[in-house]
Amino acid sequence: MRNKGFILIILTIGSGLFFIARLFYLQVLDDSFRGNPLNNAAVRAKYEYPRRGYIYDRNNKLLVANQTSYDIMVVPNEIRKIDTLEFCEILSIEKEEFIKRVHKAKKYSPWLPSLFLQQLSKEDYAILQEKMFRYKGFYIQKRLLREYPYNSAANVLGYISQVNEEMAKKNPYYQSGELIGYQGVEKYYEKELRGVKGVKYIKRNILNKEIGPYKNGKFDTLSVAGKDLKLSLDVNLQQYGEWLLRNKKGGIVAIEPHSGEILALITAPSYNPSLMVGRDRSKNFNKLYLDKFNKPLFDRSLQAQYSPGSTFKMVNGLIALQEGVITTNTTTRCYGGYKYGVRKEAFMGCHCHTFGRPMKLEEAIYKSCNTFFSTAYRKAIEKYPSAAEGMDAWSQHVKKFGLGNYLGYDLPVGQKGLIPDAKYYNRYYPLKNWKAVTTISNAIGQGEILTTPIQLANMTCAIANRGYYFTPHIVKEIDRKPIDNPKFTIPKKTGIDSTYFEPVIKGMQLVFEKKGGTAYYSQIKGIEICGKTGTVENFISIEGKKTQLADHSIFIAFAPKDNPKIAVAVFVENGGFGSRIAAPIASLMIEKYLTNSIQNEWREKKVQGINLYEQEYNKQLELLKANASK
Amino acid sequence: MRLNKSNILAELNWGIILLYLILVGLGWFSIYATTYNEGQELFDLSTHYGKQLLFIGLSIGLIILILSIEASFYERFSSIFYSISLLFLVGLFLFGKSINGQTAWYSFGSFSLQPAEFVKTTTSLAIAKIMSDNLFDIKKLSDLRNVLIILIIPFTLILLQPDFGSAIIYSAFIFVLLREGLSIQFFSAMLGILLIFISTIKYGINSTIIIVLLVVGLFFYYAYRKQALFFRRNWPFVISSVVLVFVITLTSSFLHNRVLKPHHKDRLALWLRMEKDPKKVRQLKRTYGFNNDQSIKTIASGGLLGKGFLEGDRTNGKFVPEQHTDYIFSTIGEEFGLVGASTVIILFVLLIIVIILRAEKQKSKFSRIYGYSVASILFIHFAINIGMVLDLLPTVGIPLPFFSYGGSSLWGFTILLFIFVKLDANQTNVL
Repeated sequence: MRNKGFILIILTIGSGLFFIARLFYLQVLDDSFRGNPLNNAAVRAKYEYPRRGYIYDRNNKLLVANQTSYDIMVVPNEIRKIDTLEFCEILSIEKEEFIKRVHKAKKYSPWLPSLFLQQLSKEDYAILQEKMFRYKGFYIQKRLLREYPYNSAANVLGYISQVNEEMAKKNPYYQSGELIGYQGVEKYYEKELRGVKGVKYIKRNILNKEIGPYKNGKFDTLSVAGKDLKLSLDVNLQQYGEWLLRNKKGGIVAIEPHSGEILALITAPSYNPSLMVGRDRSKNFNKLYLDKFNKPLFDRSLQAQYSPGSTFKMVNGLIALQEGVITTNTTTRCYGGYKYGVRKEAFMGCHCHTFGRPMKLEEAIYKSCNTFFSTAYRKAIEKYPSAAEGMDAWSQHVKKFGLGNYLGYDLPVGQKGLIPDAKYYNRYYPLKNWKAVTTISNAIGQGEILTTPIQLANMTCAIANRGYYFTPHIVKEIDRKPIDNPKFTIPKKTGIDSTYFEPVIKGMQLVFEKKGGTAYYSQIKGIEICGKTGTVENFISIEGKKTQLADHSIFIAFAPKDNPKIAVAVFVENGGFGSRIAAPIASLMIEKYLTNSIQNEWREKKVQGINLYEQEYNKQLELLKANASK
Repeated sequence: MRLNKSNILAELNWGIILLYLILVGLGWFSIYATTYNEGQELFDLSTHYGKQLLFIGLSIGLIILILSIEASFYERFSSIFYSISLLFLVGLFLFGKSINGQTAWYSFGSFSLQPAEFVKTTTSLAIAKIMSDNLFDIKKLSDLRNVLIILIIPFTLILLQPDFGSAIIYSAFIFVLLREGLSIQFFSAMLGILLIFISTIKYGINSTIIIVLLVVGLFFYYAYRKQALFFRRNWPFVISSVVLVFVITLTSSFLHNRVLKPHHKDRLALWLRMEKDPKKVRQLKRTYGFNNDQSIKTIASGGLLGKGFLEGDRTNGKFVPEQHTDYIFSTIGEEFGLVGASTVIILFVLLIIVIILRAEKQKSKFSRIYGYSVASILFIHFAINIGMVLDLLPTVGIPLPFFSYGGSSLWGFTILLFIFVKLDANQTNVL
């Protein structure tokens, strides 16, 4: 019977082998148990968010600062039986809401932390902190929020908000619920502002209590503080411009010509940046986002494309001079309009009221004579053997003023605008039978041309500088060091000789100073301002019918005439003649910036008194509503 | 003491002693890891590892004592040891201290003693004594009955505490009985009944009957072809075994459906991987299966080479309940990985096999049976404990010999093992 002893030996060896096989399965083959060694039930990655950089204006006024907030994060797979009722009561949420949020977090990832509830009050935090260990699967994350002492320049500053699940999947740096810049400087300079988050791997025990660093902090990293930004923006000027544009739609862009620094970037209507902070952020955002009539999130100063109207005439004058088709002494006579064809409709009216008196470039500018610039434009195109070549040469010149393409400024939104060339017209006229006169509207900045306010302001800089510009930019210093990006420090040439600018600038000066100049009533004693009005027809389509609306009011200006310090472009939708609203706004902006005071309060009052909502926009809204209800 | 000291040392089986020391040492380091907190003193008696160090020190004293006593002493006084130990078990119901609902402890200040850990040894001695009698014949029903009575008394007393884990250990003696001539059919029948029970629960009545009858049928067919007489002579046995299969299956099903409470069924369902609803599985793993679930997660996280000594984050975080006692093996799994855990398993297998081989070599029947009992008890502990820690068996509260924290357990196994070492060393004197 000795053999029976071997039963035990066989069983012992058998169990040993079986156990080793089981261990092999658990520890090597099946990785469903293991997960991330640095982020699991026992080890939790704890992020340390560095202070996000502050944002100052050019005079070191604090525009954006930080405040602290506490968010509750959840790891759905680690939720254990907890006192849900008590938890919900502390957070003052409904139980259904609790379930909904947990479910949402689970959908994102059962193992990764997701945001459960954001921005607890300090009191809630104090209560919860003591009890948190009881709510397994939940933890509190400290976070920074933005604070806006000036409540201004929302379009420039942008805002920060939670990283959503999609973004988190795309960019491994971020986790769902972390903060990222969404618009403006916050978005464009996200990397500089955010710094680098630090991470500490903390061991936790079964009660969810932290018990010490994982591997003595071998894998931990330190956070790197975000860098402060100093903007070129002048917040006083910005606020002043925002105030001037109240009850109007439009944009103002002010740039320092000799550096390209943006002094003010105003869009109206805008919003208070503080609306984008706090628990009501998404509610507020939706409200702004869904306001399709006012579009407060649409930055008109960067994104709105309008025809530049007469403000474009200087460019045509300069091109004609450069091409040698006119000189400063070339005269043109205007008999109330320009006839460019045999048909009766081939006539462009003009309101220069010179009645056939010979007129030079200077006068043509301050009188804004359509005939003069149509003639010059036509000559410039027809100088070349074919209309196509002429058009391409013209288009090249125009584009060198920074028009027709993204300027390359350091803000995340923008539009190209449109400067047509031969290819463009060939597409519209497949027979290629178009001529200079076909495109004659370009001479006066109407027709196909589209520009954004910042492009116009930049074009004004190029004129003010007599032939070059710096790419506009909003950031002046990063971490107290002046920006050295060659994109912003090397001037761009327009290719127009500087001597040609003098008669143009003189004409722009007379716009203010000559009686009969379109901005005569906007002049300021003691400041030599050069400017140009623009008035742009515009239409909306109602029931397929083209309905004309009140003209857009445009004005560009720079001052002083010599050694200019500021260039401004003003655009007011449906504001009427350029001289009515845009010109006084531009002149007030210049006066405010250069003298920090206003001589003529009546002018401010006049601008303030114009409520375009009452006069124009509400009518448009009713038209649109009536159209929609049909 | 007729032998001088140097002779005793030469006669000792140093292989067993070495394995013992290694296992106790590894056990202490594992206990240290489970209670490790930075900045604690090594000999802090308020900690588990501090106490365990004291227990190990006292074990050395016990070993010297055991080895210096005359070998025949253990055989001669085995019935007295057995009786005294039973008195201690009975005494528990009067003076015992209740911990976690089990009255299994005598309490002396901050230390407690669990008599059940020592009864294993005294029962082994008693069994060896009665079975080594020259007139003993296991095939005689009265002799078998006597053996069973010796086993059933402590088994019942421990079950009444109630300590199911410690009671189930007495099943180890089936291997001793087998070795000493118990019919293999008896063992096979027991195993068969267990398998049929499990199969009925897991696969249902119909499948079980079909499977079992197929196996039995094949066996009989094979027997018939080989020896037609076998079938003719044993036909009542064949028919009764078929009937038995039906009876056992139906009884199992009845037990499962009518007698077992829902929470018992849940445990069985979890163990036999029968629950298919993932929600229910998760819920069961958080309740009955919690310890085992935490244990395998901890072991799995160790990977091939482990996280390193004291680096087990789940051990540090005390994720496995009772990790310093019953679940001590999970520490090895996490901190030393597959390599370390397999090594410990191999050490246990080696120890058990060495004991069996030494037992077989014994000239004295008493020593052989006792040695076999030691091997069987160690095997059952090893198999059930590791099986549980690896989530192959449901939670059964029994310690891993030499590893688990606890003075009673360590001393109990030390005495159990070293009496055999002494008997083994003494065999040259047995003529």
